[in-house]
Amino acid sequence: MHNTPPFLRILAVLLLVTLLAPVPTAAQDHEPTDDEVNAIAKQLYCPMCENIPLDVCPTQTCRQWRETIREKLAAGWSEEQIKQYFVEQYGASVLATPPAKGINLLFYILPPAAFLVGAFILLRTLRSWRQATIQAEPVVPVQPEDPYIARLEEELRRRDW
Amino acid sequence: MVIHVGYFSLVLTFLVALYGAGAAAYGAIRRKTEFVESARHAMLLSWPLVTVSVLAIVWLLVSGDFQVRYVYSTTSNDMPIYLKVTALWGGQAGSLVFWSWLMAAFASAASLRKWDRDRELLPWVVVVTMVTLAFFLSLSILFENPFARMWRTPDGSQVTAMFQHGGTMPLIPIDGRGLNPLLRHPGMIVHPPMQYLGFVSFVIPYALAMGALITGRTDDRWIRISRRWTLVAWLFLSLGLLLGSWWAYDVLGWGGYWGWDPVEVSALIPWLSATAFIHSVMIYEKRGMLKQWNMVLIILTYALVLFSTFLTRSGVLSSVHAFAESAIGPMFFGFIGISFIVSLFLLMRRWGALRSESQLHSLLSREALFLLNNLLLIGILVVCVWGMLFPLISELVTGQKVTVGPPFYERATAPLGIGLMLLMGVAPLSTYGRASWKPLVRALLKPLAASLLVPLVLALRGITNLGALLGFWASALVALVTLYEFWRGAVARHRRHGEILPLALWRLAGRNRRRYGGYVIHLCTVLMALGIIGIEIYQTETQATLARGEQLTLGRYVMIYESLAQFDSPGGRHITRAVVSVYRDGKYVGEVYPRQDYYYAPEMAVTIPGVRSTLEDDLNVMLVGWEPIPTEGTTFKVILNPLVNFIWLGGLLFIFGTLVAAWPDRKS
Repeated sequence: MHNTPPFLRILAVLLLVTLLAPVPTAAQDHEPTDDEVNAIAKQLYCPMCENIPLDVCPTQTCRQWRETIREKLAAGWSEEQIKQYFVEQYGASVLATPPAKGINLLFYILPPAAFLVGAFILLRTLRSWRQATIQAEPVVPVQPEDPYIARLEEELRRRDW
Repeated sequence: MVIHVGYFSLVLTFLVALYGAGAAAYGAIRRKTEFVESARHAMLLSWPLVTVSVLAIVWLLVSGDFQVRYVYSTTSNDMPIYLKVTALWGGQAGSLVFWSWLMAAFASAASLRKWDRDRELLPWVVVVTMVTLAFFLSLSILFENPFARMWRTPDGSQVTAMFQHGGTMPLIPIDGRGLNPLLRHPGMIVHPPMQYLGFVSFVIPYALAMGALITGRTDDRWIRISRRWTLVAWLFLSLGLLLGSWWAYDVLGWGGYWGWDPVEVSALIPWLSATAFIHSVMIYEKRGMLKQWNMVLIILTYALVLFSTFLTRSGVLSSVHAFAESAIGPMFFGFIGISFIVSLFLLMRRWGALRSESQLHSLLSREALFLLNNLLLIGILVVCVWGMLFPLISELVTGQKVTVGPPFYERATAPLGIGLMLLMGVAPLSTYGRASWKPLVRALLKPLAASLLVPLVLALRGITNLGALLGFWASALVALVTLYEFWRGAVARHRRHGEILPLALWRLAGRNRRRYGGYVIHLCTVLMALGIIGIEIYQTETQATLARGEQLTLGRYVMIYESLAQFDSPGGRHITRAVVSVYRDGKYVGEVYPRQDYYYAPEMAVTIPGVRSTLEDDLNVMLVGWEPIPTEGTTFKVILNPLVNFIWLGGLLFIFGTLVAAWPDRKS
């Protein structure tokens, strides 16, 4: 088994691997470290055991898949290429989130859209309540500017409950 | 004998529950109080009856009667007694009876309450609780019977049934299969009961709400009665989630405390609507607004509670929690559907009557800010529901299976979470009713300026991650504003009553328990936010294979692999245990013992990390693999989680905060 390189060296090599375009074997001249394998495996999900990331899945199959990642890294594949390989082999469910195309765009659009709709409804409702309140009360009493007085008034009001 | 007593107790409780529901409804409709009283007695009786069944199951588990299928599948001879007892909720059948037991406990407790002022609501509380209890019991009696035994037929095959069929012989294994090793952990003692308590206890506020709808009592009586129940239910639900994530963090061995697993998400969802409910109910009590919305929230919360139970128990979405799939799925689905439709129907009937004159003077008033709180919480709820449902939708519509994992949930909920934190920093300074922006801004100015110092100082010290800076800033703001509120109140009391400050603080909280209990809880969320920022943004890890004496470096820590030992241990396991010494900044700080326990009976291995825990960080060292000859390479994975223990610290103080908020006032 190999000696453990210092952490910074691993980081530098990892950067190199992911930044370089797909280059044949000449670019890689060492065995990919566990950290490099895990960095990619972390982003994939075990296609068989549900909802367990590939870097922690203990099964034999997952161990083989991690070895596949190691081989491909050693062969000079980029992170994107490796992830694409897994998608082609096992389907889109290996990715942590649905690929952003086709019906899956709906997936990403709905939550912010729903929130905006909710915010709009809330704002409109609050505004209409405020309108009704202001119309019902033509005389506006003095506003308590001092938060201490406001708290005092509030506490006095609360004593009535 | 025990088996028959246990089973027939379940049947008897089922009949009593049905009688209680029927008598209560009849008594309410025909105005015959003696029937309602009889129904109340039935409700009271339900708990002792289910307790008999529970005791029977525990007896069978502890004595190891392996002919009983449930005992066989959840226990084995080598398990310690405490684990055999907790096997009561270790599998499907036992869990369902356990649920019924807790439900009956709450129903019985409710029946002991003084109902003189609320005679109209009582019958409907009985109906709702007893119908729900009867449903769960029917699942146990008909589908998932914990007392069913195994028999061998003449042709050699096996059958599981309650009663012996002609020609079959008892099948009594020598030993059980044993509990799933992942469940053999102290977390097993506390998390499931707490989670179930959290779920089950919401039936009382829900039942009261239904009673209010049915009887047409559109005033706030049901909310006043259920106020403390709701707070306690919310506390249990929160603790259930916290204990579950603590257990996952401790046992899953890869530093995961929340994996956005479908079952975890399904337990979070009712918590979100319950939190929204707790806040909107306060506006209702102060300003008489939002009767309709409050009804919607409690109906939603209860439906989500049932739905979450359904997801956990039916294996519809498989996950770390899925230890069983069975025929109860459709039954559950039907029950949830029917109760939801009935609830909505009742709500629609009273929709007009619930309309209240909603007085709003300002968009910056406390009422408006509470509603913003609701918007954000429901926003997170929508994200969670969508994330859970989309894989099913995708499979149904396109046939393509997709995974919705943590990156989606984190990115979608983070902005909403930050929004909630900022709200916690602003809302305490707001006032009800008339509130212009000037006093609010004036009150906010000093804490805001002080809070901005925090990200500034951190940025100067090298922290550049935007999410972390935002998170720390929001945390600082909430902490400053909340502590300021305590300070302000205590000083006011000191001026008014001459009390010394600590006493003033005590009396202040005593007079306004809900508000200051709530503030304590807000401070707890700040602590938890610190922990979450630490582990989510600053977690680091490394993995490598070492020979004896070699070392591994992660940040300030250096780990040296000292030795590896393999031996058998009580509890039916074979243990492989490494000794790793830990150095921090070059100084020796101790040893950790990562190990892997292989359980013979279920043929499963569990990885248990060696952990060094401080408030500053958690160092987890895991034994990933080893060569047959231990002096050759052994693979270790090390995960460093900064600040993570703030999460558990915040969780502990959470209990204190909720107790303050829920404690009965001396006046009321």
